[in-house]
Amino acid sequence: MQAKTTILSLPTEEFVHPGTRACTGCGLAIAYRVGLKALGKNTILVVPPSCLTVLQGLFPIASTKLPCLNVTFASTAAAASGILATLRAQGKDNIQVAAWAGDGGTSDIGLQALSGAAERGENFIYFCYDNEGYMNTGVQRSGTTPIGAVTANTPFKGKLQQKKDVPAIMAAHNLSYVAACSAAYPLDLFDKIKKCMDMPGTKYFHIHIPCPPGWGYDARYGIKVGRLAVETGYYDLYEIVNGEFKLTAASEKLVEKRKLVPVREYFRSQSRFKILTDEQIAEIQSQIDAKWAKYYKKDE
Amino acid sequence: MHIIENGNVAAALGVKLCHANVIAAYPITPQTPLTEKLSEYVEAGEMKAEYIPVESEHSALAVCIAASSAGARSFTATSANGLLYMHEQVQWAAGARLPLVMCVVNRAVGAPWNVWNDQQDSISQRDTGWMQIYCSDHQHIIDSVIKAYWLAEKVSIPIMVCYDGYILSHTYMPFDVPDQEKVDKFLPPFRPEYALNPDEPANLNTVTLPDVRMDVKGELAHGYMEIRYLLHEEMRTSLTVAAEGEKRFADIFGRGGDPYLEPYLCDDAQYVAVSLGSLTYQLRVAVDTLRKEGIKVGVMGVRFYRPFPDEAIAKALKGKKGVIVYEKALSYGYEGALVSDLKSALYEYLSGTGKLPVVQNFIAGIGGRDIKTDDLTQTLRDATKGRVSLQPVWIGLKL
Amino acid sequence: MGTRNYRRKTSHSEHGPGDGGRTGSWRVERPVLNKSLCIPCKRNTEACFICWLLCPDVVISRTIPPEIDLEYCKGCGICAEECPTKAITMVDEAKFSADDKDKE
Repeated sequence: MQAKTTILSLPTEEFVHPGTRACTGCGLAIAYRVGLKALGKNTILVVPPSCLTVLQGLFPIASTKLPCLNVTFASTAAAASGILATLRAQGKDNIQVAAWAGDGGTSDIGLQALSGAAERGENFIYFCYDNEGYMNTGVQRSGTTPIGAVTANTPFKGKLQQKKDVPAIMAAHNLSYVAACSAAYPLDLFDKIKKCMDMPGTKYFHIHIPCPPGWGYDARYGIKVGRLAVETGYYDLYEIVNGEFKLTAASEKLVEKRKLVPVREYFRSQSRFKILTDEQIAEIQSQIDAKWAKYYKKDE
Repeated sequence: MHIIENGNVAAALGVKLCHANVIAAYPITPQTPLTEKLSEYVEAGEMKAEYIPVESEHSALAVCIAASSAGARSFTATSANGLLYMHEQVQWAAGARLPLVMCVVNRAVGAPWNVWNDQQDSISQRDTGWMQIYCSDHQHIIDSVIKAYWLAEKVSIPIMVCYDGYILSHTYMPFDVPDQEKVDKFLPPFRPEYALNPDEPANLNTVTLPDVRMDVKGELAHGYMEIRYLLHEEMRTSLTVAAEGEKRFADIFGRGGDPYLEPYLCDDAQYVAVSLGSLTYQLRVAVDTLRKEGIKVGVMGVRFYRPFPDEAIAKALKGKKGVIVYEKALSYGYEGALVSDLKSALYEYLSGTGKLPVVQNFIAGIGGRDIKTDDLTQTLRDATKGRVSLQPVWIGLKL
Repeated sequence: MGTRNYRRKTSHSEHGPGDGGRTGSWRVERPVLNKSLCIPCKRNTEACFICWLLCPDVVISRTIPPEIDLEYCKGCGICAEECPTKAITMVDEAKFSADDKDKE
C-alpha cells in the first residue's frame, strides 16, 4: 500500500511550458500537468484532435517537453499500438506510451480503436479527459455529455440522452486497471497513475474536467465546480483493480460521511444546466441516492 | 530461387525479405492470404516482426503510421472498401512524409458489394501524395515491394504497390525469389531522420498555420503550404530517384529495365495500347493477333502511375497515329483516370509539334466482368481504323 | 528569405514557452500575493503550495514566496479562490499603470 502523495512530495519537474493557448482556467491543463509528472520523462504521448492539441501548441512550437504523435480522430488507441509494437521490436522496454484523448475522441469516434487495443492487451495508459462535450470545436454534445446539459447543438432542450459510462465499457474488457478521476483532485490522479504503471495490458483513466466556457462558470471556480461534482455524489472517484471496484479519495470519504451535498448545488454552479426543471433535478437526485444506498450497503 | 506461387505469396515474400518489423493486418478479400502468409512467417519465427491484428483498416494504417514515426519499417495490405476506409490515413501518411509500403490488391468498390477485380480502389487514391506502382505479374510484385521500400525510405514518401485481385493475387506463376543477401545489399536498414524518442522530444503533425512562423530557435519555419509543396516537389523528383533505384536493382539482381513503362512491340508501332497492371499482358495477345494481320500495333504497360511519368510517356508515344487506353477504373462523370493523365501529358509535350496522336479510351472489367481477349482484339482493330468515340467506350456491357 | 533551407520538411515542433504568445495580455485581473497571509512565507518553510499545484498555466513558482509570471498568467483566479488563507486576491488590471504592467 503506497503512501498518498502530498503537494510537498509531488515531483517538482514540469513537463509543460507556460503561455499555451488553453482557455483561462482550463481544467485539462491542471490534470495534464500533474498527469505528466506521474508519467515522467520516458513517455511517448499520442494525441488526437481535441483541446489538448491546441494546448500542446501549433507548429513549430510545442508546449510539452515530451515526444508526442498527433493522430487522426478515430485512431488514438491504434496509433498507441503501433508505437508499442515498434518499441517492442526495438527492445526498448523502459519507454511507456500514454494516450490523451477527449471524451468525443474516446466515447464516440475513438471507441472502436480503444476497444480493439484493450482486447489485444496493448500495454499503455489511455487517458480520457472528459469535459463532457466537443469543447475544442465550440461545445457540441458528445456521448459523455450529461443529461440536461445545454450545448451548441442541444441549445434549447439540452441533451436528452444519458451520459455514456465509458469506464464501465472499458471494465468489461477485463482490464487490470480502470480509474475514474477528476482534475479537481489532482493528487488522487497522480497516485492512481503511479499505482497502475506496471500493471499489464491497457489501463484506462477517465478524468472529469471542468471547462469554464463549455460548462458556464467563472474560471476561478473550476476546482470548486469539480469538487461539487464529487461531493454531491454525482461523479465518483474510483478504481477497478482486476475487476474489483473501490471508491477512492473524496468519494471514499463520503461513504463514511453518509452525507451528500444536494445535486442541485452542482447544477446551480454552471449555466449549462439552466434548463433543468425541478422534476428533472429530483429524478437525478433519487438516482444518485439509489446509487449511494448501494455503496453504503456494500460498506456495511 | 525459382518457385511457383501466387501473387499474394510473392508480395509476402517481398515483405519478408525486406525485414519489415511491424505488420498490421485486417482481413479483406482478396488481400487476406497475403497477411495470413505473413502471420505464418512471424509465428514460425522466419520473420522477426510484431504482428498486430487490428480491428479495422483505418487502424491498420494508424498502426503503420505510428510505427514508422517511431522508427520501424512497417507494412500493411488492403483492397477496395478497406482502402477507402483508411483514406483519411492515406492522406495523413503522405503529409507526414512516412516511407510506408502498402500492397493494394485491386478490387472493385461498393456500392454495391463486389469482390472481384477492377482498379477503382487504388485509382481513387491517386491524388493523395502516395506513389503508385502497378504490377503486371508476380515477378513484378515481389521486385516492386523490394524496390518500393528502398525508394520510399530514400525520399520519405509512401508507396502503394498495386496488383490485380484474383488475376494476380490468386493465380500461380513461376518467379524468382531474390537471395536474402542480395536484398540486404540493395536495401539498407531503415534509418529515419527522426524517430519519436524521449531524449529528443518533438511534437509531430500538430496544427500547422496557413503562414510561416518563427520556431523556438528563432528560425522561420514552414507554413502548411510549404510542407505540402515539398511533398509534391519531392514526388516529382522521385521519378529520377526511381530510375536510379531501377538501375541499382538491375546491377544487384540482374533484371530490370524501364522504371516507368513496359513496352511491347512499340518501337515501330503506329498504334499503341496502354494499360495498368496485368491487362497489359492480355493485350499482348491481341497485339500479336493484329500484327499477323499486318497492323502495326504495340502495347505499353504503365508501371509508375504516381508520380506520373509524363515526359517518358509523351516521348514514347510521340508521333504515333493512335493511342488506345484500356482501363479498369474511371473518374465518374468524365472519363478514365489514366487516359486523362495521359492526354494531359501528350498535350503538354506534343501540342503544336504535329506529333500528337489520337487518343481513345476503353473501360473494361469493371466489377470483375470477364475481359475477353477477342473483345480486346476487336476494339483495338476498330480503333486503328478511326476514332471509335469521343467518350470512353465500355467493353462487354450487357445492357 | 524563405523557408527553403528549414531543417525539417514535416510538421515537427520543438518545445518552448509562449505558443499562445504573451498570454498575460488575456488578463482582466491579476493575482496579487499578500505575503503576510501566505503560509510558506509566514513559516519560512515548504508548506501549502496549493497555488503552485492548481495553476493551470505553470506560472506560479514553488518558492518562498511563490512568484507569479505575469508574462503568461491569464488571470483565471483559481489560485485566489483556492488559497486557504486568502493570501491571493484578484485585482483589476486597469488599476496597474502601463509602467508596472507585468511587474508585481
